[in-house]
Order: sequence, then C-alpha cells, then structure tokens
Amino acid sequence: MTALVIADHDNASIKSATLNTVTAAKACVGDVHVLVAGENAAAAAAAAAQIAGVAKVIHADGASLKHGLAENIAAQVLAIAGNYSHILFPATAGGKNVAPRVAAKLDVAQISDITKVDGPDTFERPIYAGNAIATVQSGDATKVITVRGTGFDAASATGGAAAVETVAAVADSGKSSFVGSEIVKSDRPELTAAKIIVSGGRALGSEEKFKEVITPLADKLGAAIGASRAAVDAGYAPNDLQVGQTGKIVAPQLYIACGISGAIQHLAGMKDSKVIVAINKDPEAPIFSVADYGLEADLFAAVPEMTAII
Amino acid sequence: MKILVSVKRVVDYNVKVRVKSDGSGVDIANVKMSMNPFDEIAVEEAVRLKEKGVVTEVIAVSCGVAQCQETLRTAMAIGADRGILVETNEELQPLAVAKLLKALIEKEQPGLVILGKQAIDDDCNQTGQMLAALADLPQATFASKVEIAGDKVNVTREVDGGLETLALNIPAVITTDLRLNEPRYVTLPNIMKAKKKQLDTFKPEELGVDVAPRIKTLKVSEPPKRGAGVKVPDAATLIDKLKNEAKVI
Repeated sequence: MTALVIADHDNASIKSATLNTVTAAKACVGDVHVLVAGENAAAAAAAAAQIAGVAKVIHADGASLKHGLAENIAAQVLAIAGNYSHILFPATAGGKNVAPRVAAKLDVAQISDITKVDGPDTFERPIYAGNAIATVQSGDATKVITVRGTGFDAASATGGAAAVETVAAVADSGKSSFVGSEIVKSDRPELTAAKIIVSGGRALGSEEKFKEVITPLADKLGAAIGASRAAVDAGYAPNDLQVGQTGKIVAPQLYIACGISGAIQHLAGMKDSKVIVAINKDPEAPIFSVADYGLEADLFAAVPEMTAII
Repeated sequence: MKILVSVKRVVDYNVKVRVKSDGSGVDIANVKMSMNPFDEIAVEEAVRLKEKGVVTEVIAVSCGVAQCQETLRTAMAIGADRGILVETNEELQPLAVAKLLKALIEKEQPGLVILGKQAIDDDCNQTGQMLAALADLPQATFASKVEIAGDKVNVTREVDGGLETLALNIPAVITTDLRLNEPRYVTLPNIMKAKKKQLDTFKPEELGVDVAPRIKTLKVSEPPKRGAGVKVPDAATLIDKLKNEAKVI
C-alpha cells in the first residue's frame, strides 16, 4: 500500500500545506509518493524530493498543467491513480478543486478536510463548522482525501532524498482555459502558514482604518493579516483574507482578534490556534469565550498602544 | 439555454447544533431548516442570468426527504421556473447526489449547472466537482463573477492569494462563493406564485442511480473545549502576558 500526495506548488517551490499532507499520508500507510504536476516545475519537484519521508517524486511537466486547471490535473492524477491505496490533497483552493473530480472518476467517496487519521480507512473530520467531529470509515478501495493542514504537523522540508521520476503530461482537455489572474504579491507570511495572525472585524469601520490599525501591529509582529467575514463583506479587507468556515482555516501560535465578535462561522476557522487574544469593546462578545487573553477595550486605542509597546 | 441549480435543505446557519449524547450524530429534531446559503447564491445567479435575457429557464433540483419541497418552493420564490425533487429517505452523500444530478442533466440538457461550493452541514465541498467529472464537463469552482459570452462562460474564481479567471466551454458546471451576489429577499406575492409552479418528483431508482452511502459514520463527538481564559486590564499587561506567560511573541 502506497499513498500519493498531490503537491500544492507554484512551479518554483512547494507550498507548506503539502508538508502537512505528507504527514497525514504517512499516518495512513508507510510509503509516500508525491506528484508534482506543472510547467517548468523541476525546481518544485526537486524541493518535493527533499521532504523527509517521501520515497518517490513523480514529476509531470507540460503546458496543459501550467495553470492547474482541474480537468487536466485530475486527468494527470488518474493516469497514475491505479498504483495507490490513498490519494491525498491539501485542503487548499487547488486541492479542493481537483480532488472530487478524481474521486468521482474512480467511483469512490471523498473524505474532506480530515484532521486525524485513526487507521488506514478511518478518519476524523469536522462537520457543522467544527461544532461536531465525525469519525468516518470508508469502504472504498481507494481513499481520496483532502487534508486540513492545521490537523497535522508539517513534515520536514529537508532531509529526504527521493528519486524523481518523470512522466508524460496529459493532453489538454480543450474544455477550459486560463484567462488571467490577480494574485496579490505580499512579503507577509501566508495566512495558513503564519505563526502569528492579526485579524480585524467589522468594528474597524472602514478599509482605511483597517489598514491604519491592523497593518502596523502585523508588521511589528511579522504576522499575517486575517479578517472576519463581516469585514470582508463590508469591503475593509480582500476576500482571500477571510478566516472562517468557508474561508481559510488557520491555527497559528498566536491569533489576535481585533473587533471581531466571534460568530460560530468565524470561530470555526481559528479556534485551534494555540493562543487566542480578543480585543473587543463588548464584554458579551462570544469571541471572549474562546480567548486565552481578553482585553475589553476600544481597539482604536488598544491596538496602537500594543504596537507602540512591542 | 436552461440552467439547472441544485439546492440542499440544511440546518439553518444561525443554529448551533448539539451532538447527541450517544454519539450517533447531531440533534436536528425540531431545529430550523433552510436552504444552504451557497445554494441561495446559486439560485440568485441563475435568476439574474434569466433576467438579463441570456437564459430561458431556471430549474431547481433538490435531493432528499419530502420536506425538500419547501426548499424548492423557496428557490421558485426567488425566481426558478420549476422544481425537481429526487425523493429518498436514504442518507445522501456527495457522490450519490452528483450521480442523480448527472442523470437529470441527461434529461434536461442545461447549458449551465450552478451549485453552492459547499453545504454548511457536512462541509464536504465535493458535489459540483464530482458532477463535472461524471458528466465530463469543465468546471469553475468558488465563483465570484459569471459572464456568458457566446458559447463560453467566463468565471472569476476565488483562489488562495487572489482571483483567477477561466473561460469554460458551455455546457459547464459552476460552484458559487460568498461574494458572487447577494440573494434577494423573497416577497409574499412571489411565495404565493411559487406554490403554483411545476414540481416533479422522481425516485433515485427511476433515474437508475444507486445512492447507497460509501462512507460510514462511526461516531460524532463534541470538539475539544478550550479552557476559560483571563481578562487583562490593559494593553501593557496583555503584551507582558504574551511575552512572559504564553511566550508567543
């Protein structure tokens, strides 16, 4: 029995969610292979070969794989799927997009967003925005899984020496094409990989205030910036910063929630953080029920004060 | 061109569910049920495309127990033209729903199928992608903008770090993200009108689909609780605690 991990990468390097997925794969079975499907992705394949515990890297390279189109990536996975008992994707935008296509073509169920491996066919996963944990058992021959990064430690990015095998890239499906993208370039750590996150809510009141208050504290701490759905809906912060049930699921060492009331959908995205700080004027805000340290104060005074002290 | 939208009946998003003490599941007896919020966005988008004149008919589909009729009536009150209920008391998992929807695609031949990206009960995020694979159609998940342009549909998607735009050949499958649109409120006259709209019912067997669950839920438990924290009086104390007690900065 061998597990296949589908790497999340940008052709040059491996995204950190892949490392957590490798750990989950090792908990399922002993042998782990990693598929790197991209264009000019030799550097990413070489990086994957360095991951501790990876036995083999399969590198598929071609124009059809450049933009990660679900139709083509799924076909690439299916081309080698027969060799594996477990196929695991990180539960990132890319993994969530492709994994169900693979499962459906194999006529197997998918187990989404696992947070624990109890056995080769038994897994734990949150349901109802994390308000319950289901232990589920798959009866299918192949287990197609997406892995919630916060549930597993990252495998070491170095120390491995896997062989890299090259396979032919699949042909383009011809049914979809990439038009363009607007990816925000930022020096900040990725939200899902950050050690510290400073997150802002609706109480910030405007996009300007969000930047003026949240950014300096995040800069000082070398932190990623997050936002509640209310703040994103109000236009204070971009969509991809949303933390919650339907946004990013994060579990940093330190999560600082500023002016976030703590709707269950938001708590679902951050309650596994090691230390949670809540700053809110409202003593009744539900965020205080999950906070290790609560500061009942006006964030417009407290946050700049914190920034000044650190 | 027709659009098929699928709608799921789920526990209302404002309800905090409780895990049953015997660990067999969550207690959903007597709780408020509503249309999955992402599916509401899907219906709204389909109806808007019809209002723009690029779509001729919007068909809402729901799979599940008889009460899903209410969810379909809500979809028709938003503006769907008719409804199809695939009725079964069996637990339906995403693969089974995708197979049912594929059978309906073959019957109805829609140009687009729009679904919510995930249901807020099982949080699976699978059905749209599975349907696209089974029907051999292109897909655009997590859509924040949909524009029909001739025989293609351009979809802007929310991805990690920003947005990307894909062009899909029609027919295609789209799943909705939160910011695609803001669904309208249904009005009483439209609710009344929806009651008169056509609603057909099928059984899974009539569509030739085996819906037997593939995944067995062994138990459902409460998530670990966080211990109660402390309130601190001011920012200086907070920073001190983070530095010297929690040691995280």
